[in-house]
Amino acid sequence: MELFINQVLAGIATGAIYACMALAVVMIYQAIDHLNFAQGEMAMFSTFIAWQLMQWGVPYWWAFLLTLAFSFAGGIAIERMLFKPLAKAPILTNVAGFIALFAIVNSVAGLTWDFTIKQFPTPFGSSPFLGSQLISTHQAGMIGVTVGLLILLYLFFQFTRIGLAMRAAASLPESARLVGINTSWMIALGWGMASAIGAIAGILIAPVVFLEPNMMGGVLIYGFAAAVLGGLTSPLGAVVGGFLVGVFENLAGTYIPGVGNELKLPIALALIITVLVLKPAGLFGRPIVKRV
Amino acid sequence: MSAVEEVTSEAPAVEAVPKRAMTLGYGTSLVVLGLLIIAPMFLKNFFVFQMTMLLIYALAVLALNILTGGSGQFSLGQSAFYAVGAYTSAILMEHMGVNYALTLPIAGIICFGFGFLFGQPALRLSGIYLALATFALAVAMPQLLKLGFFEHWTGGVQGLVVTKPDAPFGLPISQDRWLYYFTLVIAIGIYVASVNLLRSRSGRAFMAIRDNEIAASAMGVDVALYKTLAFGVSAGITGVAGGLGAIAVQFVAPDGYTITLAISLFLGMVVGGVGWLPGSIVGSAFIIFVPNIAEHISKGLSGAVFGVLLFLVIFLVPHGARQVAIVAQQLIGKLKK
Repeated sequence: MELFINQVLAGIATGAIYACMALAVVMIYQAIDHLNFAQGEMAMFSTFIAWQLMQWGVPYWWAFLLTLAFSFAGGIAIERMLFKPLAKAPILTNVAGFIALFAIVNSVAGLTWDFTIKQFPTPFGSSPFLGSQLISTHQAGMIGVTVGLLILLYLFFQFTRIGLAMRAAASLPESARLVGINTSWMIALGWGMASAIGAIAGILIAPVVFLEPNMMGGVLIYGFAAAVLGGLTSPLGAVVGGFLVGVFENLAGTYIPGVGNELKLPIALALIITVLVLKPAGLFGRPIVKRV
Repeated sequence: MSAVEEVTSEAPAVEAVPKRAMTLGYGTSLVVLGLLIIAPMFLKNFFVFQMTMLLIYALAVLALNILTGGSGQFSLGQSAFYAVGAYTSAILMEHMGVNYALTLPIAGIICFGFGFLFGQPALRLSGIYLALATFALAVAMPQLLKLGFFEHWTGGVQGLVVTKPDAPFGLPISQDRWLYYFTLVIAIGIYVASVNLLRSRSGRAFMAIRDNEIAASAMGVDVALYKTLAFGVSAGITGVAGGLGAIAVQFVAPDGYTITLAISLFLGMVVGGVGWLPGSIVGSAFIIFVPNIAEHISKGLSGAVFGVLLFLVIFLVPHGARQVAIVAQQLIGKLKK
């Protein structure tokens, strides 16, 4: 039993990483209706910016804020320059654009900061949390920030005018335009916010997985999986999905014989597909009714 | 967030391609065919090998095109079918001594079955969810091939070495050239069969599902059957391509069939034009040659150069090579007047 509880705790700790990333994924999905494959790389790039600022002697929280501002502006700039012209192109062409962005960001980061792994500081410290060896204060802090972020996002979307406008633009673009919402800028705003949330995720994840250009590869896959599991239309679902994937992945690695690190991912994905087959809109997603 | 989605007001994921526009005219086809037959006679062996790979990837892109452009289902799992095809051929040749040409239909049939079965659970999923499911398949495949359980057959992490076949009947051409012409014959056969398939009753059923699934089922199309059938056909063709790939590269190993391959094939389809079968070879050329060109331009930044080139292509021609072909056709039409 103790092994079980410990593994669940460890799973929640890794789940927080996935939850963070899944939140960023859902944000951009809400705004633009596509999954952004380059999301992880954008987060990685933001994390490098934060690292660089700290190397130059900027204090942690200033570096954090500056990185957020930079990521927000960067997200908007990418949308304006690269994806606004593709708005009318077929969806699959947009996906190809994401892959191209992925290649560019990854390669530029690799050339600027090379591929050696770097330590990344944490503001929460890394001593054991409440006497447990499995969750450090950093991981507890990460869970706290993720939940806080979720509440902030909820308040933003439910109770602000801009949040309402963004929801309207995402759900019925044409009607939103008719009531005077600038849908094109709402999409840009969605990119900016997703990019900033990605930056937060990256900065929180970096002390655990270490900083290097490929750090997000694995995390993004789990983030996608978590987002899809929770339902792509629900930020809450994304966070819950993240924790579930983390816990399940750990339990499968411990209890199913023959599942080493190599098979963890396929098993986690297999579980998700099983869930999707039973409940195609995800655990918390609203099924979309189609009308001809 | 809206609970009701108007199917008709939404732009479909894949644009409707008129049936006739899915192929080339006779004249153009003959010119392309002529080039493909004559070119290798004047090329060095290495380039002949590259052209063989061009045809093999073109087949794999064509298979994805039938699935996505034909029936409107999206797949990131083509690398898994490719791997199954490649391993089937390799194991049959090396462990059982089957003739290389005979392994291909077997690879195709096994992959057809595999794809058809995979299409069953995939029926419940569409769009992004289907993408994730197929993606999972692609991620799992290399790990499954590495399992100790299959090691006797698959060679585990090390993979298998495949012997390259000699030209038969004592023909005085090199192994590479023979393999090229062998591949060319198969590729043409599959291309013609695919074109005919899409023109047939089944092909029309695919396209009806692609354009509007609900309307298609209302008209009496067996949606479940044709969707899984599309998966099976696509997987089967990919399997043949995989088998040919194993023979051409003379080597199979789990790490040769990762998700990167599936993404490349997807890019090939977009660059060639979704739903336009002749575009497959253009897309295949893009995914084989452009990374090399990018490497030549800058070693350190090859990924960035590749990304920029890809962006250039999709900015200039968002509909891929199909768009170029349509513009060219209109220009020629004007000149004739």
